[in-house]
Formats: sequence, structure tokens, C-alpha cells
Amino acid sequence: MRVGVVVFPGSNCDQDCLWALEARGIEAVPLWHKDDSVQGCGAVVLPGGFSYGDYLRCGAIARLSPIMAAIDRHAKSGGVVVGICNGFQILTEAGLLPGSLLRNTGLRFICRPVFVRVEQTASALTRDCRAGQVLSLPIAHAEGRYWLEEPALRDLEERGQVILRYCSSDGRVDAADNPNGALNGIAGVCNRDGNVVGLMPHPERAVDARLGGTDGLCLIDSLVRAASSATGPALRAAAPV
Amino acid sequence: MKARVYVSLKEGIFDPQGSTVQQALSGLGFAGVSRVKAGKYFEIELEPAPSADVRQQLAKMCDQLLANPTIEQYRIELNAD
Repeated sequence: MRVGVVVFPGSNCDQDCLWALEARGIEAVPLWHKDDSVQGCGAVVLPGGFSYGDYLRCGAIARLSPIMAAIDRHAKSGGVVVGICNGFQILTEAGLLPGSLLRNTGLRFICRPVFVRVEQTASALTRDCRAGQVLSLPIAHAEGRYWLEEPALRDLEERGQVILRYCSSDGRVDAADNPNGALNGIAGVCNRDGNVVGLMPHPERAVDARLGGTDGLCLIDSLVRAASSATGPALRAAAPV
Repeated sequence: MKARVYVSLKEGIFDPQGSTVQQALSGLGFAGVSRVKAGKYFEIELEPAPSADVRQQLAKMCDQLLANPTIEQYRIELNAD
């Protein structure tokens, strides 16, 4: 099985994703945004960047690309889809994940490592992690403030769809360690089946000690394993919520 | 016919751009600016003469592209000019 990485005009983390996936032993191929199929890939990654220059809203134009119809079909048949940073924004604009990513509370583009806590291991991206595990991952965004209206937010929490939360180095979640004002410190979420995942941090930038850390490995390895095996509802049933 | 569409964040969602502009206006000495809300503005020229359901068409444009209904509200103005 192989993993596809979508290239939109303005994507800038596609090569990093391809490199990180290949380094973990799975074939990774670029998918052009004008393609109308996912070329038989078991998993599809929507990488970070500034698709279509972030015109209108982040991800608002990219979600109209031809490949998004194929990704929608892939997701709805249980295939794995992971959106990182701008990819997360695209998935919310496409309606494949709940919520939206708003301008950071402090208005600034933030580019630094943060700590996140693994909240849920029943997802395509966290199945090889431990619940409560604290990871150091880089973030690089100006629009990362996760927002979802009540009662949908409570529903998201109760269904265990929050997979990562910003935290302190020892795993405490509080406002001081929330870089962008995200509701409930949410850094990553999944759909109800756990096969569609979005997150603001960049795991593909944390897979080599020479580049500052390897805490992204458990996420990339989860993705590699999810891409190679059964996905969709079975993934969620396999682990307690 | 020209349509004007105003898009802004829904009530209850913190708007850091509006808040920053409000503070900046106060800093410039403009007293009594209690709140600023930032948003987007679109002018849409429609031709030929639009059908009766033009407002409905514009609402669809907003729901499908111009606004994100999860976070934003919109207002449509129609002028014959």
C-alpha cells in the first residue's frame, strides 16, 4: 500500500511529508490537485502551506480542487485522510472534519515547538501513541484557533474526537500553554470513525534528531500502519473510546 | 445590478483583528470607540437582468463560498445601479 501527498498551488510541506513517509518505509507519491482519483493510495495526506495564497479563507479555494471529490469518496469509504496545518483547514472547509480554524488570538504567525498531549489513540494518526503521551512538535500558522459551536463542541469531546491538545511539558492543559486561543486547547481532531484526522502541528518536521526531534515518529508510524491495514469503522472499534 | 455582500464573524466569536483596530483607534485619540468588528466586503455585478430569485442565488453563493457558515454571518444588499 502507498500514501499520496496532495500538491495544491501554494503547498509547501509536500516534500517534507513525502520524505518523512519514505523514511518510515512506505511508498509515498505526490498527487496533483487536478487529479480526479487518489491513484489507489491507502492514505492521503493534505500537507501544510498556503494553498491558493489563503485567498478568501484558508482552504476555501483548495476544497474546490478536483481531487477533493476523490478524497471525499476515499474518506467516506473508510480510507485514511490526514490534514496537516493548511490541510486541516482544507478538511474543515470541505466539511470532512467539524469546526473551523480562526485567526490566532494574538494575531501573529507562530513558528515554534509546542507540547501536545495525546487524548485519543483510536484514530489513524494516533494508534501507535499512548494516551496521555506528551509530544514536542513544531507549529507554524497564523490561523490555528480551533472553534466549534455548542452543542457540537460538547458532542465532539464526548465522542472522543479530540486527538491532541496543547499542554505544558508535563502534560497539563491550561491557557498559558495554548499558543493560539483554540477552544479547549484543541490541536487535532478526527471524524467519528477515526479515519479522517486534522492537526495544526507538523509531525513531518519532527522525525529526525538532526532536525530538532523525533516526537512526530509515533504519528507518522501510525499513519503508515493505518495506510497498510484495515481502516474506517474497524479502526474505531479496535480501541476503547 | 450590483450586490453588496458583507461577511463577518458570528456574534460570540472573538475577533482579534477588530479588537486590535479598536485599541489602535483609541491609541490615536479617538474617544468612545467601544467596539470594532472586522469583516469582508464583496461587490458582485450581475448580468443580464437577474431573475426574481437573485437574493436566493446570492444566499447560496454565501453559503457555498463567500462565507463559512460555521463561523461567519452575512448580509446582502441589492442595488439597481
